[in-house]
Amino acid sequence: MNGHTDILAIETSCDETAAAVIRDGREVLSNVIYTQIAMHTTYGGVVPELASRAHIEKINAVVRAALSDAKMALPDVDAVAVTNGPGLVGALLVGVAEAKAIAWAAQKPLIGVNHIEGHIAANYLAHPELVPPYLGLVVSGGHTHLAVVRDYASFEILGRTVDDAAGEAFDKVARAVGLGYPGGPKIDAAAKEGNAEAIAFPRAKVNGSEYDFSFSGLKSAVLNYLNHAEMTHEEVNRADLAASFQKAVVDVLVGHTMRAAKELGIGAVAVSGGVSANSALRAGFEEACGKAGVKLYLPPLIYCTDNAAMIGAAAYHEYLSGRRSGYDLNAVPGLKLGER
Amino acid sequence: MTDGMKLIALDSSGLVASAAILEDDRVRAEYTLDFKKTHSQTLLPMLDEIARMTELDLSTVDAVAVAAGPGSFTGLRIGSATAKGIGLALGVPLIEVPTLAGLAFNLYGASGLICPIMDARRQQVYSGLYAFYGDDFVTVREQKAVAAAELAEELNGMAETYQQMIFIGDGVDACRDILEAGLTVPHLYAPANVSRQRAASVGALGRRMFLAGQTVSADAHTPVYLRKSQAEREREEKEKAQA
Repeated sequence: MNGHTDILAIETSCDETAAAVIRDGREVLSNVIYTQIAMHTTYGGVVPELASRAHIEKINAVVRAALSDAKMALPDVDAVAVTNGPGLVGALLVGVAEAKAIAWAAQKPLIGVNHIEGHIAANYLAHPELVPPYLGLVVSGGHTHLAVVRDYASFEILGRTVDDAAGEAFDKVARAVGLGYPGGPKIDAAAKEGNAEAIAFPRAKVNGSEYDFSFSGLKSAVLNYLNHAEMTHEEVNRADLAASFQKAVVDVLVGHTMRAAKELGIGAVAVSGGVSANSALRAGFEEACGKAGVKLYLPPLIYCTDNAAMIGAAAYHEYLSGRRSGYDLNAVPGLKLGER
Repeated sequence: MTDGMKLIALDSSGLVASAAILEDDRVRAEYTLDFKKTHSQTLLPMLDEIARMTELDLSTVDAVAVAAGPGSFTGLRIGSATAKGIGLALGVPLIEVPTLAGLAFNLYGASGLICPIMDARRQQVYSGLYAFYGDDFVTVREQKAVAAAELAEELNGMAETYQQMIFIGDGVDACRDILEAGLTVPHLYAPANVSRQRAASVGALGRRMFLAGQTVSADAHTPVYLRKSQAEREREEKEKAQA
C-alpha cells in the first residue's frame, strides 16, 4: 500500500506462537515469537494439546504486537500468510483459522505457506545477495531436507531423512543422557567440554540413495553405548558422548551437502532450521565451504528456530506469482517440500 | 426490537459446523452443515457465503458470538480462532456462549428440563441443565463432564421439580441405551431440526448476553475445555501415586 509489499505472516506449527510483518520478502519490520519451551520442558518434549491451547491463548496478542512493532494497522498490509503444514495438526489449525479470519474480515489476500519452504527462505532475511539457484539444507526437529533451490518457489529434493529428523536425534539422545529438553542447545553446550573423537559412532549411509539421511542407527548406537556402560558399571563421560554424537551428525550433514555441491557444481549453500543454530554444525560448514570455495549462508540464530518472519519471506514470492489460498485452506500435517 | 445490532455467530464445537448472521431480533442467514468435511474447510467458507448473500457490511458488525466450549478440543479452537481473528480485524468484542446453553436455547419455551448432552468419550457426556420460566432462560446446573449413568441418576432426583426431561445433542446417539436403562422420569428426545448445535441459537442467546454487557475482548477469549489434556492428567496421576 506504499510501493512496497508488506505481508503479515503467522506461524503456529509447533511450539512457538509467532507473527511478523515482512517487507518485499527481505526486510523484517517486526518478528514476534512467544515460545512455549518452558511449559513443554516439564513434560520432556512438546505436548501437542498443550501447544494448541497455548497458541489460542496467545495468538491475538502476538499478531497485535507484530503489527504495532511494524508501526502498522491491518489495512496497511498487502496480504496475510500462514503456515499450513507440515507440523502438529492441532497447532497448525489455530494459526490457519486465525489467519483466514483476519484475511476475510480485513479483505486481504490469503497465502498458505509450506513450513519447510519458510525455513529455506529464512536466509533471504539476512542475506540480500542470496538468490537461487543454491543448495538448501533444512535441519530441524521435524525436518531434514537437502534440496536444490532452482527458483524461489521451485525445489528439487536431493535427499531427506528416512527415519528421525536430525533435531529429533538430538532430542532423543539428550533425553537418554539426562541432559533434558530441548536437546539441541543442551548437547551443544555439553559437547563444548568434550572430546569429539572419544567415542566412534557410525556415520550412516542409506543404500541406493546417496543424499538421504538416517539418524536412528546413530541414536541406537548411543543408547547401546549407554546400556553397555551401565551393565559394566563404567562411568559415562557425558561431554565426550555429546561431542562424539554431535560430530557424527555434523559429519553426515556437511558430507552429503558438500558432495552434492561438488557433483552438481553449485557454488552456494544455505543452511537453515533449528539445528542450524548448532555451533558445531556452523563451524563444520564454515570449514568445509571455506576449503571448497563454496559460498555459505547461515541465518542469524533468531531465524533458525521457528518464526513467522521466514514465513513472510516465503509468502512474498508466492504473492508475486499470484498464488492465493481460499477460505477452505486446511492444515496439512504431512505437507511435503514443494507441495501446496 | 430494532437497535441495528449485528452479530456474527459461530459454532464448531461438535460434529456440526454452523454460522449465522443476526440483525436486531432477526436471523438474516444461517448455514449449518453436518457432514464429514473438517470445520477448517467449511466454517469460514460458510460464513463468507452467507455474508455475501446478505450483503453484509463488515464495518457494521457489533460482536462475534462463539460457542465457547465444551466440545471437541480442535473444533472449539477452529471456532475460537475464527472469532478471535474477526474480532481483531474488525475491532469488535466476542460473546462467549457456553456450548450447552446455546444448544438448549434451540428449545426456547419448552416446558420441562432441557438436557443438552455431547459425547465426551471415556463413557462421559458434557452436560448442562437449563429451563425456561416464561421468557427467562435459567441455568439449573452448570456445564460439566459426567458419566451418562450418573446423569440419569441426577435427573431421577429432580422428578418432583420437572415433569419431563428433554434431551438434545450428539450425546444422545452415544448414550441412549445407558440413559434408557437408568432413567425413571418421563423424558423426550428432540427432533432433527433442533437436536444439534445451531449458530442462530448461539447468536440469539449471544444477543441477550451482549445486551447484558457480557462480552470479552477478542484477545482474552479462550475456549472452556472442561477437561485437562491427557498429558496433564497422566502427570497428576503419577504425582499422586508418588505422594
